[in-house]
Amino acid sequence: MEEGKQHRAESGEKISEERRTFLHTCLLAASLPLLALWAKVVAWASGEAPYEPREHYYGMGVDVDRCIGCGRCAEACKRENDVPREPFYFRTWVERYVVSSDGETKVDSPDGGIAGFPATVSEKGILRTFFVPKLCNHCAKPPCVQVCPVGATFSTEDGVVLVDKEYCIGCRYCIQACPYGARFLDPRTRTADKCTFCYHRAVRGLLPACVEVCPTGARMFGELRQRSSPLVPFMRLSKVQVLKPHLNTEPKVYYANLDREVR
Amino acid sequence: MQPLQEVLRQVVGFIYPNEVELHWGLLIVVYPYITGLVAGAFILASLVRVFNVRELQPTYRLSLLTALAYLLAAPLPLLAHLGHPQRAFEIFLTPNLRSAMAMFGFVYAWYLMVVLLLEIWFDYRKDLVLWSQRERGVMRWLHRLLTLGATELSPGALHFDQNAGRVITIIGIPSAFLLHGYVGFIFGSVKANPWWSSVLMPIVFLFSAIVSGIALMLLFYLVGTLLRSKPVDMVCLDKLAMFLFYAQVLDFSLEMLDFIHRLYEAEESIHILAQLVSSRLFLSLVVLQALLGTLLPLVVLALVSPAFRSGGLLALPAELRRLLYAGAAILIQVGIFSTRWNVVIGGQLFSKSLRGLTVYKTGLLGPEGLFVSGFLLLLPLLFLLLLVAVLPPWVEAEQHPPAG
Amino acid sequence: MPQQLTRLLLIFAVLASGLALARHLLLPETFGERGYYRTAAVEGILKQPIMYAGRERCALCHTQIATAHANARHQSVACEACHGPAAAHTEAPTDNPLPVPRERGYCSLCHGYDPSRPTGFPQIDPVAHNPLQACVSCHNPHQPEPPHIPEECSVCHGAIARTKAVSVHVLLPCTRCHTTPRKHKITPRVARADKPQSREFCGSCHAVDARGPKETPRVDLETHHRRYLCWQCHDPHHPRELD
Repeated sequence: MEEGKQHRAESGEKISEERRTFLHTCLLAASLPLLALWAKVVAWASGEAPYEPREHYYGMGVDVDRCIGCGRCAEACKRENDVPREPFYFRTWVERYVVSSDGETKVDSPDGGIAGFPATVSEKGILRTFFVPKLCNHCAKPPCVQVCPVGATFSTEDGVVLVDKEYCIGCRYCIQACPYGARFLDPRTRTADKCTFCYHRAVRGLLPACVEVCPTGARMFGELRQRSSPLVPFMRLSKVQVLKPHLNTEPKVYYANLDREVR
Repeated sequence: MQPLQEVLRQVVGFIYPNEVELHWGLLIVVYPYITGLVAGAFILASLVRVFNVRELQPTYRLSLLTALAYLLAAPLPLLAHLGHPQRAFEIFLTPNLRSAMAMFGFVYAWYLMVVLLLEIWFDYRKDLVLWSQRERGVMRWLHRLLTLGATELSPGALHFDQNAGRVITIIGIPSAFLLHGYVGFIFGSVKANPWWSSVLMPIVFLFSAIVSGIALMLLFYLVGTLLRSKPVDMVCLDKLAMFLFYAQVLDFSLEMLDFIHRLYEAEESIHILAQLVSSRLFLSLVVLQALLGTLLPLVVLALVSPAFRSGGLLALPAELRRLLYAGAAILIQVGIFSTRWNVVIGGQLFSKSLRGLTVYKTGLLGPEGLFVSGFLLLLPLLFLLLLVAVLPPWVEAEQHPPAG
Repeated sequence: MPQQLTRLLLIFAVLASGLALARHLLLPETFGERGYYRTAAVEGILKQPIMYAGRERCALCHTQIATAHANARHQSVACEACHGPAAAHTEAPTDNPLPVPRERGYCSLCHGYDPSRPTGFPQIDPVAHNPLQACVSCHNPHQPEPPHIPEECSVCHGAIARTKAVSVHVLLPCTRCHTTPRKHKITPRVARADKPQSREFCGSCHAVDARGPKETPRVDLETHHRRYLCWQCHDPHHPRELD
């Protein structure tokens, strides 16, 4: 009825039907986000906020000019991630490049550089020489993920490429597809394996083991999309490159001072 | 770990540390060789059925059975190679549609069920009905089972058989292309590997498959006929040799195109690949694949088969022609197997850093050993013998001449 | 419909329903939730044990060492780089003692001379540098500043020193061309040595009218490649006559 819908608040009478419905709707609509906010406050107070992958996006920076080839990174990685110790299985390794004045380049990586580089190279005729740490590049367009027939390797929302050991059938196609030699077959599980950016550490705010122990700070790890990340000044102030850019895999490991000889 | 230590010692130059272990070995060489024979044998059968090359009729049913025998054996090297063969069914559960390898399950199932089994069934159905009526014992029940209960032999039903068979063969030709072409695409689409990554890879795979299939059928027909002490149909054999020659010319042209293109463009990988071919792959590529496996049979077939002139450029007596054809066919098998070896193993013998070469070591024992691969290459022959026993390709039913 | 078709369709129907049932039973539960993978796989990976505690953790107990270490030359070296993974140690310290590498060979892993190491990184000849003495007898690993300020530039600038040693500039001390504040040997990245800035500097020996031994090669600075600085072509640590 017309009268029932009229505004009668001034006369102190009961609030109209329309207003009541409106207020109820407002309360209901606000309750859900309020509840969520309350949940977040509780979680923050108790220090147990669940990790949300969508809020993170990880990458790595490597300053080639800082690497001294000590191999602590390779050692720490194998210890942290229980990688087989034989010299055929590496999640990360260090290569040494020696460019001679006659144009020849020699590259070596004895046992991945895990015990350093014992055989010191003769200095005669050296033009340039340096060490390059290598690892899975956690590409934004990973060819390994593209070729896995069953979906056992995948990219998480926070930019880390992982392998599902329980689901991998061990066909090794991903190992063939990786242009960087970053993958191997774990002989114990007979499944593909590779660097995980120490995902089990990253989600807890820790650094990957290789970054943790690097004595010269040649390796950096962090968020690519947060201004407070150590990677951001690195990416701004260095001329960064990636490995094999022509393959368009969009690696997320960025190298500063990378030499043209590095493949 | 002994063999890997040995490999490490024989590395030349620099390879990534994870490249010491060569991942796709002998079993993955055997697989494309086997599926190539499937595709090739089927294409030969389609020459009879779709393109009406009547001279090849004696090989029609044998080709289909050969294709089936090899197709049944095809998944075995893959299963033996997997780290977890018991998880292989995951390819059917959660196939990654972007992965060429995931397509294996579906292409294989399609080809096996919709193409090969159906074609064989439609072609044999009439005979199965007649045999089950005449025979006694196990064979009677087996043949009756295989009729699937469709025992009508009216002219309408037989007409349906013929048409269905023809349609299926027409569908089967692109299906056969897909079955072996996708294997080529598995390699050809790997941009990380400059030896594999090529647009021509699926095409070259397919044409070498056709060559190997025709050569195999030439051998099987010859041996099968001689074993049954029957006269060899030389018209058929000459025609087979002629088609083999044509297929070889096509295949050789495509391989030469790839080779010339690589040399001409001379991309960065040319240095290590040249080193690869001249050192690690010299025997298997230059000698076995090119000289003995391609050029020598090509010359023999050019001279002896009716490709250029009926009766051949060199008119030779039938027995000698047979011998030369058989020799050429055997050399071709060796050559095509070497082709698979050179692609699969060759692509892993050089480092993706383009700076070094490694070696491939295989032993006698173990799932990746020579014994298992040898057994898997012989197994299709066993399957074929069983199929030939159950579905004899040479016994014609009395009432009606065979389809075609 | 022809008899063949009905039989075949029946068989295909049976096969298809069998496959559908198998798929329903076998498909992993968590597959496809966040992407084309099993979410349970991520949970499995997160369960991996942590072996390295991180240097902040060490500082909580070993405060004195941590404070001294934070202001010294090894401040960028993590505790666990030398002492190994310490997560177990933080749980039960006395049950899981960490190795303390004191042998001579350990320090040369980083500090033994290798020409591939970046210039400026402190390196010694492991054979000639105070042989048979443990490194730790002079260098506290947490505050490794050497007991005496190094005399030679070659301690840190080994590659350059070795190059210069076989060149015609061998008798020139480094300080002839590089003005080096005393503090450079203590805080090298803060108090830096300088480099010559002009052609005239090299001209102080190599100009036609410069004072010096007559064996010194001379060039007419007015006409000899006027647009370039000398070291754009001549390596000052190993100068050679160029064609």
